Amino acid sequence: MAGSLSSISGKPLWLLAELTYKCPLQCPYCSNPLEISKYSNELTTGDWFRVLREARALGAMQLGLSGGEPLVRKDLEEIIAEAHRLGYYSNLITSGVGMDADRVAKFKTSGLDHIQISFQASDKELNDFLGGTSSFAHKLEMARAVKDQGYPMVLNIVLHQKNIEQLEDIIKMCVELKADFVELASTQYYGWSRLNIDYLLPTREQVTKAESIAKRYQTELEGKMKILYVVPDYYEKRPKACMNGWGSIFLTIAPDGRALPCHAAATLPDIEFPNVRDNSIESIWDDSNAFNKFRGFEWMEEPCRSCPEKEKDFGGCRCQAYMMTGNAAAADPVCDKSPHHADLQAEVALIEKTSANKNEPLIFRTMKNSKKYQTDKKLNLSQN
Amino acid sequence: MINQMPSLSSMYRFQWEEAQSSYVLLYPEGMVKLSRTAGEILKRVTGKTTVKQLVSDLETEFPGSDLEPDVLNFLTEAEKNGWISF
Repeated sequence: MAGSLSSISGKPLWLLAELTYKCPLQCPYCSNPLEISKYSNELTTGDWFRVLREARALGAMQLGLSGGEPLVRKDLEEIIAEAHRLGYYSNLITSGVGMDADRVAKFKTSGLDHIQISFQASDKELNDFLGGTSSFAHKLEMARAVKDQGYPMVLNIVLHQKNIEQLEDIIKMCVELKADFVELASTQYYGWSRLNIDYLLPTREQVTKAESIAKRYQTELEGKMKILYVVPDYYEKRPKACMNGWGSIFLTIAPDGRALPCHAAATLPDIEFPNVRDNSIESIWDDSNAFNKFRGFEWMEEPCRSCPEKEKDFGGCRCQAYMMTGNAAAADPVCDKSPHHADLQAEVALIEKTSANKNEPLIFRTMKNSKKYQTDKKLNLSQN
Repeated sequence: MINQMPSLSSMYRFQWEEAQSSYVLLYPEGMVKLSRTAGEILKRVTGKTTVKQLVSDLETEFPGSDLEPDVLNFLTEAEKNGWISF
């Protein structure tokens, strides 16, 4: 059975290597799991070499070197060199903190293809507040160093209520830095951002305005700077085609070696995710229960099962379905065909109405907070 | 165009992928799987070969047809996509 399913789903094209969950920044919308403090047992250089080799043999081409902050790993240059030798197109996804011009040059000689630097905001004050560290000036310097080395420059800015009003300034900053691609990624609400949703979710009015600004600059800057604008899915009527389908093209390896169909999947209950320390990538991809669980269309329930759009969006996101309905096989409540869509809309409306009056502080992504909040019931709002 | 020497943009990497049995273009966080024809043309886009030479190479390797219009169309499209420059 696994064999026939995997022939439908193909092989992993995208390998996301989460090298570590250590990070000098503390962004309250971090997409890492709340349990970051539990991941002290990181894979060794040799483990990563084997993962790279086996995934490449299956056909993986794109490699994301991510974290946490991947620069924290002292063997990063070695891992880059091995990835290059194997023929990957390697993308370093970084905050820029822990990098200097020399290290950028070394990455180039090791064969790194692209560096993506994140900014938290377009001004020092907000950037440094959100990151929990003074990093803005250094990020600007590193963005210039990346450009000087002849890399394609991609800047990533996660958008939310705190910075969405300065979108125009953010785009202008990217133009000034001569970015080639800009990813304006609306916050997706999992883990840390879910914990802070009351403070991060923009209003519908803010979203509509941001969308029109992004569109205007997309046209204005066509051929010079490519702008990718990811819409916040809580305001949509159809779900995102999450991961292009479960176990379809994406393979994430967490710092402890657990293999996941997406970086948030560890939040799902009753699935034992296989570890690369005990299994080959091929057996994980083809035969593990975890990777076959939501692969293809057989697992679907109504309304997805008979939906003519199921091959377009694959029922949306499994983590979101679980988080909001308690059932990971349900339709993503972002879809207006889901019986839970009204609950989601009511929750969004409530946040919109009350968020201005909240005065509790943001919960930053720190190891201390990880220990405190990982069992917090706040994550399952709709099940309370 | 016929006497110009196109080259691949620095943003893109062109390579043969055994698992896909095709040539691909790789760029930051993305890829394009190329048709056989597109692959054979881009293989010859080196910055050192004129379009004229490129067409004649292809006609030697795949004899029996006039390939020039197809090649020119493809190269125009590839330039528009930012894959190559002249």
